[in-house]
Amino acid sequence: MPQEEDEIIRQRQRERSRMLAILLGLFVVLMFAITIAKLTVNR
Amino acid sequence: MTSVPLTRDEHLPADWRDLLALTKPRVMSLVVFTGLCGLLAAPGPVHPVLGFTAVLCIALGAGAAGALNQWYEADLDAKMKRTAKRPLPAGRMSRQTALHFGVGLGVFSVILMDLAANHLAAAVLAISILFYVLIYTVWLKRRTAQNIVIGGAAGAFPPLIGWAAVTGDVTTLPILLFAIIFLWTPPHFWALSLFVRTDYANAGVPMLPVVAGVQSTRRQILLYTLPMIAAAVAPWALGLAGWVYGIVSVILSVIFLTLAFAVFTNKATEPKSMGPEKKLFGFSILYLFGLFAALVVDRWLI
Repeated sequence: MPQEEDEIIRQRQRERSRMLAILLGLFVVLMFAITIAKLTVNR
Repeated sequence: MTSVPLTRDEHLPADWRDLLALTKPRVMSLVVFTGLCGLLAAPGPVHPVLGFTAVLCIALGAGAAGALNQWYEADLDAKMKRTAKRPLPAGRMSRQTALHFGVGLGVFSVILMDLAANHLAAAVLAISILFYVLIYTVWLKRRTAQNIVIGGAAGAFPPLIGWAAVTGDVTTLPILLFAIIFLWTPPHFWALSLFVRTDYANAGVPMLPVVAGVQSTRRQILLYTLPMIAAAVAPWALGLAGWVYGIVSVILSVIFLTLAFAVFTNKATEPKSMGPEKKLFGFSILYLFGLFAALVVDRWLI
C-alpha cells in the first residue's frame, strides 16, 4: 500500500475515533440527564 | 437492483463527514421542525430533556432512513446529476458501511425513544423508518408513478411521533397534521420532478412527469392542492387551533393555490422555462414551515 494512502487511512481512523469519543461522551451525559428527568417526572 | 462497481476508494474507511451526509441533513431539518411542532402543539407538560431527546430520536430515525435509502439507491443516485456526488455513488464509502450505519442508527433511535418517551412514540418511529425504507424506497419508487403519493406517508409521521412522545396517544389534531404533510408531498415533489424529469427519466424512475407527461402532472398538482388546503385549514375550522393558525393557513393556502394554478396554466416543456414550477417548489417548503410555526405560536403565545 502506498505511504500516501496509508496516511489517509490513519487520518480518517483518527478523525472517526475522535468523533466517536465525543458522541459517546455526549450519550453518557444524555443518559444521565434522561435518568434524572425520569426521576423528577415520576416523583 | 444493479450494484455500483467497486472502486479503490471503497476500501478506505469512510470519512465521518460522509456518514453525516448519508443522513440527508437538509431533508432532516424539515422532519425535525415538524416533529418539534407536533411535540410543542401537544397538550400537557413535557420535561425539556425528554422533549429534546424525543426530537433527537426523530432526527436520528430520519437520518437512518436517509442512510438506508442511499444504501439501496446507490445505483440510481449514480445516474442522476442531482445525486451523483453523494458518498456512495461518488465511491467515497462502501455500501456495507452505509448499511451498518443506517441499521445501527435506526435501532438506536427507536430504543432511545422508548427509554425517553413511551412505547407508542417508539413504535410509530419504527414504523416511519420501515415505511420509508421498505414501502417507499424498495417497493414503490421504482415500480409506480404513485410512489410519491403513498410514500409521502413516511415524511408525515414526525408530528405524530412528537405528539405521541408527550401524550402517549394519538388524537384528531396529530392525524390532521399527518394528513397535511401526506397531501402536501405530491404537489411538492411533482413540482420538483417537472424541472428535473430528465434526471428521473435517465435513471428509470417512473415519476409522474416521466410516465404520464408534463401537462397531466400539472393537472395532478392542482387537484392534490385542493384536499391539501382542506386538511391545512381543518384544524382551525374544527376548533382545534386558534385564530393565528386560521389566518396564516388561509393566507398561505391562497398563495399555494395561486402558484399551483400558475403551474397548471404553464405550457413550457423545457426546465429553463419552468419558473412557476420552481416558485411552487420553493414556496411549498415555506408553506409547511409557516403552517406548523403558526400552530405552535397559537398554542404557546396566544
